[in-house]
Amino acid sequence: MKKQILDIISKNSRFSTEDIASMLGTDSKTVEDTIKEMEEDKVICGYPTLINWDNTDFEKVTALIEVNVTPQRDMGFNKVAERIYKFEEVESVYLMSGGFDLTVIIEGKSMKEVARFVSEKLSTLEYVNSTATYFVLKKYKEHGLTMAHEKDKEERMLITP
Amino acid sequence: MRNPLSKKVVNIEPSGIRKFFDIVSEMKDAISLGVGEPDFDTPWHIREEGIYSLERGRTFYTSNAGLKELKDEIVKYLDRRFGLNYNPAGEVYVTVGGSEAIDGALRAMLDEGDEVILPQPSYVSYEPCIVLANGVPVIIELKEENEFKLTAAEFEAAITDKTKVLILPYPNNPTGAIMTREDLKGIADLVIKHDLYVISDEIYSELTYGTTHVSIASFPGMKERTIVINGFSKSYAMTGWRLGYACGPKVIIEQMLKIHQFAIMCAPTTSQYAAVEALRNGDDDVNKMRIAYDQRRKFLMKTFKDIGLRCFEPFGAFYVFPCIKEFGMTSDEFATRLLDEEKIAVVPGTAFGSSGEGFLRISYAYSIENLKEALERIERFIDKQRN
Repeated sequence: MKKQILDIISKNSRFSTEDIASMLGTDSKTVEDTIKEMEEDKVICGYPTLINWDNTDFEKVTALIEVNVTPQRDMGFNKVAERIYKFEEVESVYLMSGGFDLTVIIEGKSMKEVARFVSEKLSTLEYVNSTATYFVLKKYKEHGLTMAHEKDKEERMLITP
Repeated sequence: MRNPLSKKVVNIEPSGIRKFFDIVSEMKDAISLGVGEPDFDTPWHIREEGIYSLERGRTFYTSNAGLKELKDEIVKYLDRRFGLNYNPAGEVYVTVGGSEAIDGALRAMLDEGDEVILPQPSYVSYEPCIVLANGVPVIIELKEENEFKLTAAEFEAAITDKTKVLILPYPNNPTGAIMTREDLKGIADLVIKHDLYVISDEIYSELTYGTTHVSIASFPGMKERTIVINGFSKSYAMTGWRLGYACGPKVIIEQMLKIHQFAIMCAPTTSQYAAVEALRNGDDDVNKMRIAYDQRRKFLMKTFKDIGLRCFEPFGAFYVFPCIKEFGMTSDEFATRLLDEEKIAVVPGTAFGSSGEGFLRISYAYSIENLKEALERIERFIDKQRN
């Protein structure tokens, strides 16, 4: 049940509990309770919307930053990661295996704003040894969804046996 | 000038679906629930394998029966899914969709005047294919109270001295009905008792809900009496690739293969390479699609219950077959008015045989959003009829 609910709302969180209940052959109370439980357990952490900002008039710049840090005694990478993810501009922070330690994804209004964040806030942090910043030029797919409309019209014939 | 046409062909009625298609295709803004194919795209890894085979220049004929790798994979798949055991050399061949296999099986098995028992409502091509193969269709009108299953009693009543073949179309298009192991047992006993053969069209075998499909060929003594027809269209969302297969006793497959060899040569090569990938790595895709169909099926059953539209619960394929007899219209009238007034296209049950009168085929090969909008319109329409 939990897995099926998660699969449904991970693709479209706007389904009503009634609809989800019909799809799973159960009642909406059960669905509501299960979702509530998963919210409390922090299985479900939020319901953001996937927006293609390129199709709007608003400016948005996304950058991916590789960060090398010095892990700290007793706290490993967590303390540094927290210092970083608390910044509002930071979209995502991942601890990585491989050649660098943290991936930081930043969203800003302009390149200048992102540049300022990296040079003034991020790279000046204690324990941050080096950074490498890559700007995103175009998003093709995010969250399992393609950003561009590949197919607008129904390709199937309207009636087939 | 002489009449250029064959009487046999001219006398075959065009499909009832065709007629309806012509009306619908003129309505640009109609929402259709009339499609008999998956809404999913073929999974990318399967398409990619097709593309790769073209890049590699695999653009030649394959052997008549199909690629050896594909036949091997088909045999392994039928064993792991349905417990069927076939020899890839001689008991399997690859066809242009399940349709070619239906035609081939009938042509290979029938002599002039042989009777073929055909339960209806069922897929539109069986009856004309029987006629084209010089057979005589003997229709069994399946009943809603039996959930459109074929009962042993109905079957036995239709058997005569001339009966040779039973067509067994389950999971069923258009009703969504399935036959369980218990249901099939009685049928298999009669087939053996009366020395008959079965053409079992199992193209929807991956789409059963809450239960696994059972093939009649898996019953003792039935493998040598059954042609199993299956394919990639429904399970892997590959309708346009035109790829199916038939399995059965060597003596029959040999003759079917002869027809295939002269009429078709071989199934499309690109599709065959893609199908190998589907069978090797496609189980997850099938599971995902099955879960999605099941959610829609439950959604429709719940909505029908809420709006008071009678419908037996189907456990197979991707169709529901609600009854509209309470509205005092024929299926044709109902479907035509639903299209005119609410711009919803469904297929009248009569397109699948006269026993479909009073029913509609509604396909759930559509997104939930789409189904929801359509069902709201259907509700509005039937509310109007009731007041």
